[in-house]
Amino acid sequence: MNIVVLVKQVPDSGAERNLRSDDNTVDRESATNVINEMDEYAIEEALRIQEAHGGEVTVLTMGPERAGESIRKALSMGPDKAVHVVDDALHGSDALATSKVLAAALGTVNPDLILCGAESTDGRVQVMPHMLAERMGIAALTGARKLTVDTDGAGGATLTIERQTEEGYEVVTASTPAVVSVWDTINEPRYPSFKGIMAAKKKPVTTLSLADLGIPAAEVGLAGAYSAVVEHAKRPPRQGGTKVVDEGDGGVKLVEFLASEKFV
Amino acid sequence: MAEVLVVVEQAGGAVKKVTLEMLTLARELGTPAAVVLGAPGAAAAVVDKLAEYGAATVYAAEHEDLDGYLVAPKAAALADLVRQVSPAAVLLGSTQEGKEIAGRLAVRLDNGLLTDVTGLAADGTATQAIFAGSTIVTSRVTRGLPLVTVRPNSLTPTPAPAEAKVSAVEVAVDGSAKLARIVERVAEAKGARPELTEASVVVSGGRGVGSAENFKQVEELADLLGGAVGASRAAVDSGFYPHQFQVGQTGKTVSPQLYIALGISGAIQHRAGMQTSKVIVAVNKDPEAPIFELADFGVVGDLHKVVPQAAEEIRKRR
Repeated sequence: MNIVVLVKQVPDSGAERNLRSDDNTVDRESATNVINEMDEYAIEEALRIQEAHGGEVTVLTMGPERAGESIRKALSMGPDKAVHVVDDALHGSDALATSKVLAAALGTVNPDLILCGAESTDGRVQVMPHMLAERMGIAALTGARKLTVDTDGAGGATLTIERQTEEGYEVVTASTPAVVSVWDTINEPRYPSFKGIMAAKKKPVTTLSLADLGIPAAEVGLAGAYSAVVEHAKRPPRQGGTKVVDEGDGGVKLVEFLASEKFV
Repeated sequence: MAEVLVVVEQAGGAVKKVTLEMLTLARELGTPAAVVLGAPGAAAAVVDKLAEYGAATVYAAEHEDLDGYLVAPKAAALADLVRQVSPAAVLLGSTQEGKEIAGRLAVRLDNGLLTDVTGLAADGTATQAIFAGSTIVTSRVTRGLPLVTVRPNSLTPTPAPAEAKVSAVEVAVDGSAKLARIVERVAEAKGARPELTEASVVVSGGRGVGSAENFKQVEELADLLGGAVGASRAAVDSGFYPHQFQVGQTGKTVSPQLYIALGISGAIQHRAGMQTSKVIVAVNKDPEAPIFELADFGVVGDLHKVVPQAAEEIRKRR
């Protein structure tokens, strides 16, 4: 099976993150940039499917030059190759433009299965799999906590996921080609081995520009975005309030506070 | 006034609170019109509630396929309706399904999209809290109509009775929208507690709770306060509590009136899910735990002593 994993490089969610003051886009320059955590689960799932059913795993990233670091990191887990869509004109692209570019790039690989994390830690928008499915006319199975692949022997497969809902869970099924997004409950991603890290340096990474994909620069980036940030400001940090040390009456004091705020 | 479409979300046959919040918000922007996307009979079950919160019209887009396939048929039906009625804005809940429908709708209509909106002004300017609630952004859709998903608990829903004329919408679902079939829906017992993202009180436990068994203390306090139970990632990873209750960067974002953190140190990834809560209370053994930096009231102590005592005190006061 031909599998593509969408991998996004994001600013580390464990550190301070900022928007740029000049154009209100995510400040990736001064941030520590890492693989979006949820995408590591998608890579792991792809590798497990490859181990069971064979085929090839390709990493696809849209992002600036330095997203290449994340691509190498992803490859060190085990995928075979990567495609990096990189073009200065992409800076500031919204989800709609991103889905347009990714759909075009996916067209060059022609995958049976597209795997991705359910959301990125920077935007947390969660719409990409369905936007891609809509553009490509394929199925989207989203928010999987479990994925089962039944191959048909002819390169295709029936995919079945379990997805958590507020009432319980749903079992949803589709035939390939399809895009499947996964939560971090689906597996435990492997750590890259030393051998994997060394091998990743030699794995092929194809770079594609907007021109390669036949997408006019005016349709993407800040200028082509369908929404705009008007302004942004740091929320004033919360101030710690009263802190008491429990001397045998901590529970009572807690309830006194709740009562003063009318919660009790 | 132009119509503002509010896509109705239901849970267990009832209208979800976020829908009532959106109807309340829609009244500021135009004439609220609710859109029910579901199996035949879905609208009739909720029309009274939608009327109570100001829906002048209830568009009933009903078809078995809307219920039998994952979101694509709903998005297709909604796109058709938007083209017909040319609303002033379209509001959906910032929930898994609401975002998924919105994403598809944006592509179908070639329209901009804003998610996780906490406020929307009549001129279409939206407010969003990003990066773990640390940055407040105002933004606008610059192509097409304001298409936004509204984060639950962004405002207080208030009733404003209206007539709620039911208008049946023709639904035609073509094969391209029927690729992801829902085979089964399995209900899991969740008791009487409110839904995590909609609850006005959330009591969460972390690694400090110590065991799955001890989470009963967290649940007891939540139940006494009429709240939902949450858990930190550390607690979920330790197997103390199920993942669907995880609050934080890779879990749910909550914004209740009261958030009580028990045995949670307050790593930035956890704060991402709760720091826009109105009032924060923390109990932790470690006086240096970062959670105290945001807590309006903190108790440094053993939660296994403090929580049962607090529960007892609440019962005493009744």
